[in-house]
Amino acid sequence: MAVTVQEAKVTWKRLPLSSNYAVAYAVKDLDVDVIAAYPITPQTTVVEKIAEFIANGELNAEMIHVESEHSALSATIAASAAGARAFTATASQGLELMHEILHIASGLRLPVVMSIATRALSAPISIWNDYSDLMNTRDTSWITLIASSAQEVYDSIVQAYRIAEDPEVMLPVMVAYDGYLMSHTYEPVLVPEDNKPILDYAPKNYNRIKLDPERPITMGTLTGPEWYYEFKYQQVVAMKKALEKARKADEEFKARFGRGYGLIETFNVEDADVVIVAYGGLYGTVIEALEPLVEKGVKVGAMRLRLWRPFPVEDVKKALGNAKLVTVIDKAISYGARIAGPVALEIMSSFYQDEAKPMIMSIIAGIGQRRITEDTIREIVDYSFKVLDRGRAPEESLYWGVRGVKYE
Amino acid sequence: MAAEEKLPAWNEIPPGGIIIEPGNAEERYTGDWRVFRPVINQDKCIRCLLCWVYCPDSVFHIIDEEYVTSKGRKYSFSLRIDYDHCKGCGICVEECPVNAIDFVEEVK
Repeated sequence: MAVTVQEAKVTWKRLPLSSNYAVAYAVKDLDVDVIAAYPITPQTTVVEKIAEFIANGELNAEMIHVESEHSALSATIAASAAGARAFTATASQGLELMHEILHIASGLRLPVVMSIATRALSAPISIWNDYSDLMNTRDTSWITLIASSAQEVYDSIVQAYRIAEDPEVMLPVMVAYDGYLMSHTYEPVLVPEDNKPILDYAPKNYNRIKLDPERPITMGTLTGPEWYYEFKYQQVVAMKKALEKARKADEEFKARFGRGYGLIETFNVEDADVVIVAYGGLYGTVIEALEPLVEKGVKVGAMRLRLWRPFPVEDVKKALGNAKLVTVIDKAISYGARIAGPVALEIMSSFYQDEAKPMIMSIIAGIGQRRITEDTIREIVDYSFKVLDRGRAPEESLYWGVRGVKYE
Repeated sequence: MAAEEKLPAWNEIPPGGIIIEPGNAEERYTGDWRVFRPVINQDKCIRCLLCWVYCPDSVFHIIDEEYVTSKGRKYSFSLRIDYDHCKGCGICVEECPVNAIDFVEEVK
């Protein structure tokens, strides 16, 4: 069934994979040593597939069965602390249960990689997609990539280890994508016949500080007020460095394998009055909706945020600087905030100090996987031009598509 | 503030609060955490070393020093407490089977 494609020096095979399976293939090709995870919808098939690879002898790794996500990430960081290349995956409530350990992974500067099949949060329970779980991790000092296709999921997991294990970074990385909309839909994905080129690109960093009985160290010490701040500042600096490291990792990936994504992706922004900003799988819908409009001469463009943390301020400002109105679609709500879209807020703050800046409108949509179709996007484009004519963006986020609320 | 300024800067210390030099807890003086001080009664002590086993801070040191009790019992070694690192938790006092460790209030 697999079709062989020759590109550069790597022989690729084209497989029909869900984004979850794309993660599992990347983990296999990266020769990850230790995996600890707890099943949660819609992440489960990631780890099921990895277990299959281990059972088949295709991946020589230790799979640790744990009783919760709190333990899953604890076991993962312990393995990483002992020097292993470690991986875990989760979603939604599982990510929430991991929350305190997220800070420990980054605080201990462990290059753990985790995939997130994003999902809405309880209560009420929703197993469907939005980005509430991911956005809650914003301040945990994890480098965060959001992919928009199964191929990009595979490629981003590979890039993630390269970034995480860089001696100047040493921070954990999350790779997120839409639960269900991507985690359980199948796309053609190129994976290499042989994983050597992948390991050449992302070699394991075994020379880092690690727990070793021959050379004892202590991790997770108590630090008083005269020390703690400096360690947190180290993370600030590492995050800053991670931005350029992520850019270089992607550029080199492109040079070696012919595929690259940048820190952001743009569509027709040079010639647009209105730019729609989205992330994850939604960007595909946005492009499908905009292409016919652009052909008809509508001055509209789009931008996709791929690197969420560290936030690529300069790239975003360059992409959006020519626009008159930027409409940011967020799939998460920051309750109690007037602008409740996390990415909208970030873009606003990026422009705040500038004299010349676009109007910025925050739209909340796709909550609990409320459907966003091409028609929805075209309605948002129409509304954006109306706002542009009025010359003033709404002061509050618009809750697009919620029953009982209409925006004039 | 002045004391803090003399400490190394953020880029002069290991990442993530990791201690890369083993055993440096010895350099940290924790003796002043103590409210009560354990004092060994060498005469009552039967050298069972349960205090040495239970002490969470390894402050019991076995000293190569003979000791003869008032009843004429001869021991080939004695015990000494490292008061620079004893935090006065009292576990040894609790565990000693012959009540040979007194717990005395620290007074200035």
